[in-house]
Amino acid sequence: MAKINLNGRDVAVDLPDDTPLLWALRDGLDMTGTKFGCGIAMCGACTVHVDGQPTRSCVTPLSAVAGKKITTIEAVGEAKVGAAVQAAWQKLDVVQCGYCQSGQIMSATALLASNPKPSDADIDAAMSGNVCRCATYVRIRAAIHEAARTLA
Amino acid sequence: MNFRIENAFQTTRRGFLKGGAGLALAIVTPVMADTPAAGPGLAGSTMVDGEFSPSAFIRIGTDGMVTIVSKHLEMGQGVYTGLATLVAEELDADWSKVKVEGAPADAKRYNNLFWGPAQGTGGSTAIANSFEQMRRAGATARAMLVAAAAEQWKVPPSQISVKAGVVSHAASGRKAGFGELAEAAGRQAVPAEVKLKDPKDFTLIGRSAPRVDSVSKTTGRATFTQDVKLPGMLTAVVAHPPRFGGKVASVDDKAARAIAGVTDVVTIPNGVAVLAKDFWTAKKGRDALKIEWDESAAYRGSSDAIVARYRELAQTPGLAARKDGDAEAALGKAGKVIEAEFAFPFLAHASMEPLNCVMKLDASGCEVWNGEQLHTGDQFALAKMFGLKLEQVKLNMVYAGGSFGRRANPQSDYLLETAQIVQAIKGRAPVKLVWTREDDTRGGYYRPIYLHRVRAALDAKGMPVAWQQRIVGQSIAAGSPFEGMLVKEGIDMLSVEGASTLPYAIPNLNVDLHTTNGEVKVPVQWWRSVGSTHTGFATEVFIDELAGAAGKDPVAYRMALLDKHPRHAGVLRLAAEKAGWDKPLAPSKDGAKRGRGVAVHESFASFVAQVVEVTVQKDGTFKVDRVVCAVDCGIAVNPDVIAAQMEGGIGYALAAALTGSITLKDGVVEQSNFNDYPVLRINEMPKVEVHIVKSAAKPTGVGEPGVPPLAPALVNALHAATGKRIRTLPIGEQLQTA
Repeated sequence: MAKINLNGRDVAVDLPDDTPLLWALRDGLDMTGTKFGCGIAMCGACTVHVDGQPTRSCVTPLSAVAGKKITTIEAVGEAKVGAAVQAAWQKLDVVQCGYCQSGQIMSATALLASNPKPSDADIDAAMSGNVCRCATYVRIRAAIHEAARTLA
Repeated sequence: MNFRIENAFQTTRRGFLKGGAGLALAIVTPVMADTPAAGPGLAGSTMVDGEFSPSAFIRIGTDGMVTIVSKHLEMGQGVYTGLATLVAEELDADWSKVKVEGAPADAKRYNNLFWGPAQGTGGSTAIANSFEQMRRAGATARAMLVAAAAEQWKVPPSQISVKAGVVSHAASGRKAGFGELAEAAGRQAVPAEVKLKDPKDFTLIGRSAPRVDSVSKTTGRATFTQDVKLPGMLTAVVAHPPRFGGKVASVDDKAARAIAGVTDVVTIPNGVAVLAKDFWTAKKGRDALKIEWDESAAYRGSSDAIVARYRELAQTPGLAARKDGDAEAALGKAGKVIEAEFAFPFLAHASMEPLNCVMKLDASGCEVWNGEQLHTGDQFALAKMFGLKLEQVKLNMVYAGGSFGRRANPQSDYLLETAQIVQAIKGRAPVKLVWTREDDTRGGYYRPIYLHRVRAALDAKGMPVAWQQRIVGQSIAAGSPFEGMLVKEGIDMLSVEGASTLPYAIPNLNVDLHTTNGEVKVPVQWWRSVGSTHTGFATEVFIDELAGAAGKDPVAYRMALLDKHPRHAGVLRLAAEKAGWDKPLAPSKDGAKRGRGVAVHESFASFVAQVVEVTVQKDGTFKVDRVVCAVDCGIAVNPDVIAAQMEGGIGYALAAALTGSITLKDGVVEQSNFNDYPVLRINEMPKVEVHIVKSAAKPTGVGEPGVPPLAPALVNALHAATGKRIRTLPIGEQLQTA
């Protein structure tokens, strides 16, 4: 039984070790904020932080994250950067259907944590792995700049 | 879905009468939709479970929270915010105390007023059909709160005012919140008539109230179908046939059943389902199945062959969809004839949330959790399948992670698939059907392949005197419950809308149609903006070609033909002005070619014009730099949501224009996931400016109308930059190879 540190809490997951972290979170731990979009790391809806790094949980088996610190959308707002990103997303009403936005926020938070003042090109590079079919990209870009301003 | 479907489901009902057993038929009488939850006109009758419930759309708790019930699906288009805005405006509610929940399936109370007795969301009708209904619901509740205060304070109601959730009497200084008055309001008679506000007094409509779903969707707390979990629930993953129309011949499920955690393997009409308590186990089980398929009735067509066949059909006249004058005769006499052919691929909707559905079956009936877009049709389909009464089919509408039309499936395809699985395990456990991305991409119900052949004749001044447009493709409505309403004398209006309604003043204007359902057996469906996805492109690229042939400016040329269509002209003028059309486009610093193109199109009674600016590199690769969009959708209920829908429609349309293509080869879909069905990413998104025409007209939809002008404006811009005219979508690498 794999043990992970999820949002600051040690938890055990009663699923086989080859189960992707995404499904361990969703089906094993009832943490449904992290979304299933493609299953092949092409859309980013499943993005979580593993030891602070944005990671596609749909292709990351439980065995690869045993003992690691995992942060999901449910807890990303407990830290300053994540809270600022969520606030910017709300201020600019970025969301439409909302299904991809957990992943967008996790990627944006990781970007701002490593690069507090990203350029448009930096945003493109960090965010192009996250698909939004509602095409909320104009506002995602604006919200990342907005969050950077509030954190400065 | 730009239509009314008053009779669509009566047709279905007759079908059930013939073949169905035990189906209750009480549903199809439309009832006044603002009937209060607890009966009209009776004092003391509108408290339900401790809340003031003056209509089926509003509940006000003693804590002052206002719950608005949305009869429409929130799939991203902002309808929860829009409907709440309408209610809160007339109620004078405090926006921060407003929340929205999805309505149950109940066509008597929650029907789409444009669809007669059917409940559902589509055709960009949600705000348009609800505009007065929801305002009246708000005004009714307000009047009852005022009556309650007047009674308590012993003052005339006319001296009472309401603002931001506070009811007050200026002369005495008395004030009360909605919560304090809720119980007393529940004892008031429901007024038969209420006065709606003069638009000049609006405080919320036109002011961009923040979205009601922003917080839940940025914290992971919003519930989509994928997130529903019931006690004892099993997840089902299905192996579908590789070709449409294939069936299971035999299945070897030994390896699947050997996987720990697999509980069931069941054969259903469209494949084999593997069930487990979690998705990953079910998927491993599905992947371990060995299935022999019976493909004797399977469709084996290929996209290339379909297009070639359509090209052949386009040489012969089809059924007339519009006949102003005689285009053929005028073409025969004309000095200058211009001809073009436009081709469009199958398109998958590819919503972020792959299709899924949760269903429970027990002695009392069937209960569903779904991003529910076509309540009445789905309710009928499930009732028929299980032999239940309609009211025994309970639909819980949760957020949809996109749809773009796909969740409004006229055949209730994925709901019935879930039902077949639930039935196969005899209702032993609730089931969540989960389609993988591959299932979703290959599952059919695509925007059909279409081919257009258009010919025009120009007079000596270069103005069109004849326009002959021939459209070839599958009918979406044929064979669906919507056929009776949408197909008239062989013409599916969804195949021709946007062409048969061409606004340009052309004396000889003929549109005809070949419908190919007899030979092409690919499941097809409406896809965000439906007929206008192809008619908007063909007409707006071709008119640009005519302007070019006439040596005229594309905006001026269109304007000269739009005398009788002021709203088309209005958005065209506004987009051109805001884009700086009268000034030359700034050149690129590195010598790359730049171009600008325009298109204007009406869909779902809204008018949109877009100016697209592109930069094309020497190798033919290009970037869309900026899109300037003007929209006239009548009264702008929430300008920020309108802007968001234009931005999103532009991005969705751009994805399709650049790379969107589902292809069939020998009946097999060649794409599977975002690796081979690429969608737009942030680095490809242009700058977008949205300008809204100020209007006092009734509001019309915005979910779809932002889509149609983008692709033609883009292709026109690429032509302006390079001189190359693209007439086949997607654009792909045509500029590199041309």
